[in-house]
Amino acid sequence: MDKTLNNKAWFLVAPVLVLVAFSAVVPLMTVVNYSVQDTFGNNQFFWAGLDWFDQMLHSERMWAALGRQAIFSAIILAIEVPLGIFVALNMPKKGFWASVCLVLMALPLLIPFNVVGTIWQIFGRVDIGLLGYALAKLGIGYNYTANAFDAWVTVVVMDVWHWTSLVALLAYAGLQSIPEAYYQAAKIDQASRWSVFRYIELPKMQGVLLIAVLLRFMDSFMIYTEPFVLTGGGPGNSTTFLSIDLVKMAIGQFDLGPAAAFSLMYFLVILAISWVFYTVMVNLDKAEGK
Amino acid sequence: MMRSPKQALVMTLYILFLMVPIYWLINMSLKTNTEILGSFTLWPRDLTLDNYRTILTDPSWYMGYVNSMIYVVENMVISIAVALPAAYAFSRYRFMGDKHLFFWLLTNRMAPPAVFALPFFQLYSSVGLFDTHIAVALAHCLFNVPLAVWILEGFMRGVPKEIDETAYIDGHSFGSFFVRIFMPLIASGIGVAAFFCFMFSWVELLLSRTLTSVNAKPIAAAMTRTVSASGMDWGVLAAAGVLTIIPGALVIYFVRNYIAKGFALGRV
Repeated sequence: MDKTLNNKAWFLVAPVLVLVAFSAVVPLMTVVNYSVQDTFGNNQFFWAGLDWFDQMLHSERMWAALGRQAIFSAIILAIEVPLGIFVALNMPKKGFWASVCLVLMALPLLIPFNVVGTIWQIFGRVDIGLLGYALAKLGIGYNYTANAFDAWVTVVVMDVWHWTSLVALLAYAGLQSIPEAYYQAAKIDQASRWSVFRYIELPKMQGVLLIAVLLRFMDSFMIYTEPFVLTGGGPGNSTTFLSIDLVKMAIGQFDLGPAAAFSLMYFLVILAISWVFYTVMVNLDKAEGK
Repeated sequence: MMRSPKQALVMTLYILFLMVPIYWLINMSLKTNTEILGSFTLWPRDLTLDNYRTILTDPSWYMGYVNSMIYVVENMVISIAVALPAAYAFSRYRFMGDKHLFFWLLTNRMAPPAVFALPFFQLYSSVGLFDTHIAVALAHCLFNVPLAVWILEGFMRGVPKEIDETAYIDGHSFGSFFVRIFMPLIASGIGVAAFFCFMFSWVELLLSRTLTSVNAKPIAAAMTRTVSASGMDWGVLAAAGVLTIIPGALVIYFVRNYIAKGFALGRV
């Protein structure tokens, strides 16, 4: 759509600007402020320059957390995106069962994060949980509180359980927008199931899938509550992701300087990656508009 | 395309995978603690509603739900109210710095709440809003306002501009056009945006826990109480969990016809 140039539109944006400035810029400045200062208590602050950034860049703890985080996000995307598409392709198109599927699939998305953690904490326990009990009966030694690998599997399965529906619902929305005529044309051409997917469905889902990848990347990279409730970051540090480590540092140990420097770098990493996704998305929108 | 048995099987398996953990939670909430810890049963042998009774009769429990509801609704109203005009501006006009502003708004959706927890605590303490519902509502605006703007902009783009122009020719002022003509047109978009604000505000814990202590304590934070000296009170914990799922389920039921489009942020 052609948009008119009108700088008065700023007045319409002003409320959002004021609100977000209050709830984002002010706190972010506090973080910047801490990141360049040191304190010995009594609210006395000293200029520390970029020391904290330097320290954090050489901190093994941070690199380890970043590594775990990157692996986690990669696994999550690699499982949830294909699985989500697969589920969407198998969903009923309309009618009663489509509504039932939609409602049931959206249900995990509306469960508070800590309750998700609690559900899996209970579900995975060997003594009282169905999953843990069943695995124990099958003779598989499974204990997510003691074994790092088991803890990882549980956290990943929990996230798949929690968020795959989001990808599926997005892909489903994309599929819904394909006119029936496309499928009929494909049938006349005797196209295989795979080429229908590759040349009709996938291109049509491109836009929404990018949104899905963007949302899943951002949220898995910021994940805090669910693993915190489930494993508390343990056993050891094996499931301590970036946010968990950050909260430990800032609120647990009150190391404000390093935590602030850590926060800013954390934010920048997310920002950089998201910017790439966003640019691709905007270009795609433009290409579709023409 | 025809529905085949294979498709039905895939969906059944997937839905089962989603429902079994939830079933287990409901199952536990209906058992007594002795049964939970004493024997392993697939369904409650000794059906009891005591766990629910504990929650619904103890103000320190049920006030958690009330508090959560209050700040979620406040957040929904604030987010939609400020996002509506902004989304209109983004969908209809070009103006100085519009693209940068839009991306900057989105970056707030990307900000890890963990980064903001401590600064928020200090900010709201210093202005005397700590432990109030409005503090949590405002804090959740951080990620809900950008999202609402994004969704509403997507829906507004689908409304032809000629409608605006016709309304102005008919003598409508901007305000009367927006409220009487434009808002009814994007009503489903507003519903979806409100749904998402509800969803993300309802499920968030880190910020709401950091910003409250007693008076505005959300239910999610109250659930940590079940760890006591005598061990975990699993039954009550499960019952509290089940009760947090119910509002979400109700809301989904009401917006079920718009869910698919809504999740695509109006961009289909």
